[in-house]
Amino acid sequence: MNATLRFWLGAVALGLALVAGLRLLGNDYGYFAGYFVLQYVVLAGAWNILGGYAGYVNFGAAGFMAAGAYSAIVVRQWLGWDLLPGIVAAAVVAGLLGLGTGYLTLRLKGVYFSIATLCLAVVLQTLVVNWDYVGGSRGAYIIHAREIPPFTSYTEMLFIVMLGLAIGTTGIGRAVEKSRLGRGLQAIRDNERAAEAVGVPTLRLKLVATTLCGALMGVAGAPLPYYSGYLNPEAAFSLAYAVNAIAMPLIGGAGTWAGPVIGAVLLASLQQAATVTISSALNLWIVGWMLVVFVAIAPRGILGWFRRRG
Amino acid sequence: MTEAFFRAAGVGKRFGGFVALAEVDIELRAGERLGLIGPNGSGKSTFVNCISGDFAEHEGQVTLGGVALRGLKPHRRARLGMARTFQLPQPFNSLNVLENVRVPLLFAGHAAEATDRAMACLEQVEMADKARKLPRELTQVEQRRLELARAIALQPRLLIADEAMAGLSNAEVDQIIALLFKLNEAGAAVIMIEHIMRAVTAFSERLVVFVAGRKIADGPPREVLALPEVEGAYLGKQ
Repeated sequence: MNATLRFWLGAVALGLALVAGLRLLGNDYGYFAGYFVLQYVVLAGAWNILGGYAGYVNFGAAGFMAAGAYSAIVVRQWLGWDLLPGIVAAAVVAGLLGLGTGYLTLRLKGVYFSIATLCLAVVLQTLVVNWDYVGGSRGAYIIHAREIPPFTSYTEMLFIVMLGLAIGTTGIGRAVEKSRLGRGLQAIRDNERAAEAVGVPTLRLKLVATTLCGALMGVAGAPLPYYSGYLNPEAAFSLAYAVNAIAMPLIGGAGTWAGPVIGAVLLASLQQAATVTISSALNLWIVGWMLVVFVAIAPRGILGWFRRRG
Repeated sequence: MTEAFFRAAGVGKRFGGFVALAEVDIELRAGERLGLIGPNGSGKSTFVNCISGDFAEHEGQVTLGGVALRGLKPHRRARLGMARTFQLPQPFNSLNVLENVRVPLLFAGHAAEATDRAMACLEQVEMADKARKLPRELTQVEQRRLELARAIALQPRLLIADEAMAGLSNAEVDQIIALLFKLNEAGAAVIMIEHIMRAVTAFSERLVVFVAGRKIADGPPREVLALPEVEGAYLGKQ
């Protein structure tokens, strides 16, 4: 059995075990918390493709995620279509947004690129705040059925959808890492000038990465209005998404497919635990401290720390 | 002289009001070994950056194998057979030696046999035993060899060796010269930009001298080095 098949079988088996375990638990909160963690697995995995492999730090994750969320709302308002077409629309819209952003900004390097992506999120938020069709600053409601058979609850359905997206995103990250695209992106991250000199089409690879990164971030956001039942610009463009999208891969181990998964599970679980035991106001405080600790003792993240000791 | 396969005609570069390079004409036959010398700031690296595509905008025309290079990015020039090394080795630090050499092969249509070809390139530069090492674990001369292996992987028709021997000991310089001869015997023309005169004269069939952004001499090394203007400008004699 080759490694790729083992990965997919392992991921599906783990997913099925998670669903079975939560069904045995019989509490909807498990799905709710699980969704929260898994959405960050998708978001962190998406960020890792451009930020981890290519070394281009995207501060605009919230913008792409919100583009996905609002694409799902538009598809529902305009065509009456539900979640799955909304996810496809989110991937297309956010992917195109990523491509456009990449085309306009990838000649910028380092902090200038990061600032440009941050500006993109601000511009998008301003547009959405002034767009009545999607609720403007008041926000938009999504009314959905409480149950949809064969799922035990709507939250279970959302959890399973997000689980599929998380497995898919992780699989895509792994495929990128082991592909020609991944090697090219790593060469760009290490030395863009040398990469170009040895025949790597740097601009084209970066555009592929921004498109893929944008599309997956959009996918992470598409179920958000269904999950919360209501979405306003403040929530969709929350700073927490931008910060977590960067912190999770860095803490888990950026530039590896498993790093964002480890970082997302660790940080999102801690934040979820803080939310139910103390206050959600502590979430970014926790992320900040974790970042400080990891930068000090394990700048290459958890995976990098283990590899160095190994 | 047989037909030139590389031609730089009227190449020039200005930075604001400063003329770094002016109206340089250089032709090269297939397989020729050219030494390019000049004092610091004479425009050698500027010339290399113009012909390799690092400077997208410059005056004049550059052709390789009859193909005009204007507007082509460095990676397109690399695929046409132009390879270069850098003054300071620029490896991909997170990739091991083998992966460093696989990168150009992956993008040159040799993905399926990239590992075998990369190992063959490393054997050519006597680095096969270092394949699994990271660049930071290599000595300076090994890093230079890695740069050459990466260039060889492109199967270049023209190799630009930009101060590939800077900072090396005499013995190490001899090793790199031997490698460049080997590459040249395989068919690649080589432009050697170098300050180490022993290396330039040992390697070059022809010598070009730059001073203050202009070409002041072009010919056989012995004749060029005997020219009074070269002695005056480059070797410091009056």
